[in-house]
Amino acid sequence: MSLVINELCVNCWACEPLCPNDAIIEAKPHFKIIADKCTECLGDYDDAQCASICPIEGAIVDEFDEPLNPPGSLTGIPYELAVQLIEKGRIAEAEAAKRGPREYLD
Amino acid sequence: MELPVLGQDAAATHGGGCSSHSCGTTDDQLGHLPDAIRAKVQDHPCYSEDAHHYFARMHVAVAPACNIQCHYCNRKYDCSNESRPGVVSELLTPEQAVMKTKAVAAAIPQMTVLGIAGPGDPLANPERTFETFRRLSEEAPDIKLCVSTNGLALPESVEELAKHNIDHVTITINCLDPEIGAKIYPWVFWENKRIFGVEGARILIEQQQKGLEMLTARGILVKVNSVMIPGVNDEHLKEVSKVVKAKGAFLHNVMPLIAEAEHGTFYGLMEQPSPTADELMALQEACSGDMNMMRHCRQCRADAVGLLGEDRGAEFTLDKIAEMNIDYEKAMVMRAAVHEGITAELDAKRAEKAAKTADAPKAKKGLRPVLMAIATSGGGVINQHFGHAKEFQIYEASEDGVRFMSHRKTDLYCSGDDTCGDGESVLQKTIKALAGCEVVLCSKIGYEPWGMLEEAGIQPNGEHGMETIEEAMLAVYAEMEAAGKLAPRADSAACAA
Ligand code: SF4
Ligand code: SF4
Repeated sequence: MSLVINELCVNCWACEPLCPNDAIIEAKPHFKIIADKCTECLGDYDDAQCASICPIEGAIVDEFDEPLNPPGSLTGIPYELAVQLIEKGRIAEAEAAKRGPREYLD
Repeated sequence: MELPVLGQDAAATHGGGCSSHSCGTTDDQLGHLPDAIRAKVQDHPCYSEDAHHYFARMHVAVAPACNIQCHYCNRKYDCSNESRPGVVSELLTPEQAVMKTKAVAAAIPQMTVLGIAGPGDPLANPERTFETFRRLSEEAPDIKLCVSTNGLALPESVEELAKHNIDHVTITINCLDPEIGAKIYPWVFWENKRIFGVEGARILIEQQQKGLEMLTARGILVKVNSVMIPGVNDEHLKEVSKVVKAKGAFLHNVMPLIAEAEHGTFYGLMEQPSPTADELMALQEACSGDMNMMRHCRQCRADAVGLLGEDRGAEFTLDKIAEMNIDYEKAMVMRAAVHEGITAELDAKRAEKAAKTADAPKAKKGLRPVLMAIATSGGGVINQHFGHAKEFQIYEASEDGVRFMSHRKTDLYCSGDDTCGDGESVLQKTIKALAGCEVVLCSKIGYEPWGMLEEAGIQPNGEHGMETIEEAMLAVYAEMEAAGKLAPRADSAACAA
């Protein structure tokens, strides 16, 4: 049982210090959850800590690939529009990944 | 002395500099602060209207995480409280930040202030932020430190802030009413939970107010930033201004919301309007009745380097600073000499200004004040072609003289030339940005913009090229008076300071 950080992650570091099990690591091209260490915070907190602070809709998913923060749930942007934006983000990310390691752009 | 010039030719070397002629001639914005606070801020580039032409500031981007969401922010980019939206800064470790700060301080001795403003919330990254401050206060004690925050983690950070001798804290406070807050902040992360809506906003507001009180009680200077969001908090900000002043904040800086769909923010996508330049100025005026405003704020990016309005960050990328070998002890001696020179020059100008103001006051004729837009590339003179101005300086001429009001960017609401299509030309945007002004002073102006400005009720004037802003404005004001254009208006009370 473990949560997963996907390519929508913007590497903001917010989740990393909160994990009670040190399961989150900085990695390229984005942060990762070490599956063996993640307990989904059971026994420590009511809510999965990483998913409770992550600002990016869709970036943290469960074992069925269901996002803990679905489109629109954090930003208030209407669902359909939020889905489109996330899709766009995914395409841009995939293209950026092809170009090489993520860099901070101006 | 000859001052080293940063980026702008003649801006600082010019005999009088910009400040003696132009900036704040009749209204020293720091004038009614207690002496102790004034002494602390008068040489700060972000707070003092005349110091910002001389002293420089820099930001280091060491704090990526955030603990709240604002509707004007997209976390793919830097925090938009303090930075221009749509910008991404290079994230530094505290170690890299210290190296960069020293490299900049050695190369730009006028750099006196180091700020941490993001790209997230500095206090949501306490380890990185405080490690940077701790090392800098030890290794570069001649640099002032400041920090910006949304306030959520402020009360628990006050102790630590006081330890590192941080003398300026900026809190972004957009409201006091949780109902309004819920329209600005969709959620906050609080005590291991994400808290949505009014409840989240209530917690944030409480923490901000508590933090503000704790800081001022300890004698730490607090500036308050507010983002003006028309229809959401614009009227409410007058109340915010009163309350934060009563609690001891020394400055209240009202900034315009910048919302563009391409930034992917809630407000941008929902087409929340930004304030027009004159709406912003009207609110700033209404608030400055009870508080000093920071009219020259440029909303710089989280890794900005240099004088306000310029960014020399590209000269100090990590690979470039790795090659610089900085002897900071030596740099400090050189920096001290430069600071002394600047302070002497500023003092002389302030004395000159004080002497001028002391001259016997003339009887008032009851003329109305007039706003004028100035095209200048610095030096306090009118020296720019209308079409080349990326920014206009807005001054008010009145019987009391001239005073600086604000900067207006011609591209404020557009992130790049190709994206701001929608049928509106750059020229139309510029004219819109000048709303409320009656005169534009520039060195030259083309035939087409001349006609369009006149149509918009703004009188272009290219006759005063290379004159100082103050002289030219007073001449134009006198002409307007002679032409009978300055009879007091019914609404003049609202415009007068
Ligand atoms: S769910 Fe909890 S345990 Fe798992 S990675 Fe997130 S914070 Fe760590
Ligand atoms: S909080 Fe979300 S976006 Fe930030 S690093 Fe963690 S997974 Fe990535």
